Amino acid sequence: MATQTAQPGGIAAPDEGLAAQIRVAVPERSLRSDLRAVSIVWRRELIRFRRDRLRAVTSLIQPLLFLLVLGTGLSSLAGRNFPSGVDFKTFIFPGVLAMSVLFTAVFSAASIVWDREFGFLREMLVAPVSRAAIVVGKCLGGATIATFQGIVMLCLAWIAHVPYNPVLILTLIGELLLLSFTITAFGVMMAARIKQFQAFMALTQMLVLPLFFLSGALYPLSGLPGWLSVLTRIDPLTYVVGPMRHAVFSHLNIPPAAFAHLSPGITWNGWLVPIWLSLTIVAVMGLVMLGIAIAEFSKTE
Amino acid sequence: MATQAGADGASEPAPAGGVQLETRPPAVVVSGLTKSYGDIEAVRGIDFEVAAGETFGFLGPNGAGKSTTIKILCTLARPTSGRATVAGHDVVSERDAVRRNIGLVFQDTTLDNYLSGAQNLRFHAELYAVPSAAVGPRMKQVLDMVGLWDRRDSLVSTYSGGMQRRLEIARGLLHAPHVLFLDEPTVGLDPQTRSSIWEYINDLKRREDITIFLTTHYMDEAEHCDRIAIIDHGKIVAIDTPEALKASVGKDRVQIQTADDDAAIKELADVFGLEAGIHEGAVTFSVESGEQFVPQLFARLSVPIRSVSVSRPSLDDVFMSYTGTTIRDAEATSTDHMRQMAQRIRGRR
Repeated sequence: MATQTAQPGGIAAPDEGLAAQIRVAVPERSLRSDLRAVSIVWRRELIRFRRDRLRAVTSLIQPLLFLLVLGTGLSSLAGRNFPSGVDFKTFIFPGVLAMSVLFTAVFSAASIVWDREFGFLREMLVAPVSRAAIVVGKCLGGATIATFQGIVMLCLAWIAHVPYNPVLILTLIGELLLLSFTITAFGVMMAARIKQFQAFMALTQMLVLPLFFLSGALYPLSGLPGWLSVLTRIDPLTYVVGPMRHAVFSHLNIPPAAFAHLSPGITWNGWLVPIWLSLTIVAVMGLVMLGIAIAEFSKTE
Repeated sequence: MATQAGADGASEPAPAGGVQLETRPPAVVVSGLTKSYGDIEAVRGIDFEVAAGETFGFLGPNGAGKSTTIKILCTLARPTSGRATVAGHDVVSERDAVRRNIGLVFQDTTLDNYLSGAQNLRFHAELYAVPSAAVGPRMKQVLDMVGLWDRRDSLVSTYSGGMQRRLEIARGLLHAPHVLFLDEPTVGLDPQTRSSIWEYINDLKRREDITIFLTTHYMDEAEHCDRIAIIDHGKIVAIDTPEALKASVGKDRVQIQTADDDAAIKELADVFGLEAGIHEGAVTFSVESGEQFVPQLFARLSVPIRSVSVSRPSLDDVFMSYTGTTIRDAEATSTDHMRQMAQRIRGRR
């Protein structure tokens, strides 16, 4: 703040007038210029994330608490009823991964509301690019940093006795990416409508924890009372946590009975939803919300 | 009273400023423009043209419709009726073409505090698809122009209010727009910084072949414009050069210091039929051709006069004579104050 304005007298020689002006022609809008816009909006998210180390660290604390404190504490309680050969921490690990992604993705979408309050959104909205390019760039950016946070958690797999099997790791990363994208799209869709930062944070906080608790991240989906069973099937997070747990269990020596009890798969009225369909559901939801977000941002006063 | 000089404005000879306006098509053409938000009519049918290379100012109090007009011209809002073209393109049907040809500096900063000055410009260059080879040299040029080249790698959050505004001006120029819109470019800045921003803007007019469209509610800033439009309650009440507008008021302002002010006021009314009042500690009145009036004043006034000052009408007087009110400075001051606070909070983050 101390630096006062320099006087214009000190700038380049006066002879460098019109003649020296560098001719810049802004080209017509094209797919190429839209892709450039997607890429720069995406890159901005990454730069901001790198600058904001505090956010990176704090958004990992909550999942770590769940894994270390809740995971360790509850495993002694769960020990008696829990099928032998499975650690409770292993069981909740996929849910913890989903959680780390969930918070980062929502925070990243929140930056749209922030940008609106502090004006930067306007800089993007008056540019000669399609609003779709901006929304897509934003969603991809949010998905990238959220997945990165997921990968950081994934590095701690040994705590939960999850093996570093390349196929498993790649499967989990793919599923995390899908989840990140959908959650960011959800957040961006909300951010199109909600203009106040506080309101946005309050609303998302209100939604994020129920999403997490209903996803079967902390308990198996089998043998639930009817009402809870229905709610878990509505939660989009369920359709990612289920496949992730399936992937983790498939790479461990789990007794078949325990596998069936702890990772029974998602059923609709007794019909087992295949993993590909689960993931497709999440992808479609993400794309629909992305479409709504684009439509919302394309409106003019 | 409401002189709509807009229609023939473009055919006028080049105003002072040295730029030859020749026969280029006008940079901005607005006709019958209105904008309503629900029941509120923000803009109520305005017409004007801005010639290429001109510096054109919109002068009016807050809430007069200045920002709404700029929003429409920048394609951020749709007009309710009427039409407008910027750089030859319609603001509704050729939105992208308009956007490519304009640069914007908003009332409130639209910089990303988490990025450095250079990163903010680079972001802009990518968004506007500025050819990659031109980005580097052009960035240097515009940053030099506003004296920020040395600070380009500092985070914007470390910039002062004046530096941020200069960075925004540089960014608005980066893609070499034909028309630069400045919406209250100096609002919320201290007087010293305000005048330095104006030095940069005047310097810019010499260097770049550009049309500048600005809004302000500061009278002294309107003096920098080639032409100004006075807007009040969503309507243009006068359009002309600052000099012509001041001449149209006609009367000069005379202020005298006397031994007995009350007696002087009474005598002015009795002898000359003039209505005088006390402003700024002096007996003040308006009269045509003030200089010629002063000798008569000395000859016929019995109250001893200690000093006399005669001043040409200011834009304040112009505004007053066209709208019947003074520009609502009280309101302006309070919003300025709020903006400054917001900026301080922003700076702290």
